[in-house]
Amino acid sequence: MSEPRFVYVTYIRTTRERLWQALTTPEFSRQYWWGREVESDFAVGSPIRYTYDGGAELDIAGTILAADPPERLSYTFADPGYRERDERPSRVTFLVEEAKDFDGVVRLTVTHDDFVPGSSSPEGVSQGWPDILASLKTLLETGRPLPYA
Amino acid sequence: MDDDLDEVFKALSDRSRRLVLDKLREQPGPTLGELCTHLDMSRQAGSKHIGILEAAGLVVTVWHGRQKLHYLNPVPIHEIRRRWISKYEQSRLDALATLKTALEEGHHE
Repeated sequence: MSEPRFVYVTYIRTTRERLWQALTTPEFSRQYWWGREVESDFAVGSPIRYTYDGGAELDIAGTILAADPPERLSYTFADPGYRERDERPSRVTFLVEEAKDFDGVVRLTVTHDDFVPGSSSPEGVSQGWPDILASLKTLLETGRPLPYA
Repeated sequence: MDDDLDEVFKALSDRSRRLVLDKLREQPGPTLGELCTHLDMSRQAGSKHIGILEAAGLVVTVWHGRQKLHYLNPVPIHEIRRRWISKYEQSRLDALATLKTALEEGHHE
């Protein structure tokens, strides 16, 4: 296994089950991931897709590597840029844990790794996740996502 | 958890710790030993700075086999940015920063 390339941690005042639901249902993902709807049966080996416009436009595609609710979700990650460059996909892992020392707070760790050496995509990734995580946190804590603008 | 920002600003108020974050951004995932070597810092000083940065949530560590690797976690800084800078202002600020960099680089030539 290669060394992780990006690791992001955020603490969210919610439950692990609710966070898992946010990661795995289109009703939630659409709100914090700016319109992207997740679809998958979350069985290992099954496809996972993030689409816009009711499935009309495919954004991110991958394969489920691990899905152990409410703790761990991992899938291969190919955005349109990868497909244009004909690279193999990278990998995203979400780890959902109870925060130590804080009742009612969940620690979410997002690891994005397994990039093709020299790939230009890591820079884009490094800018995307903090925005998505901030929006997810706000949605779970306040019931409303952050505005995109 | 608003007052977590106290920890973030305290951690950022030290030049050596800002250099640690610069290094982690440039080269993600070093061990403590590698990081201290790169920064010409004693292991003791490095360990202390990393402890403060970790408590503030600015650095996260991941075990990779038997090695403990260190990563910059930009999420708290991102939250500061979201609090005081809107997306709309961001592009103008980026333009200003680019201009400043270009002018200052030209100045050194």
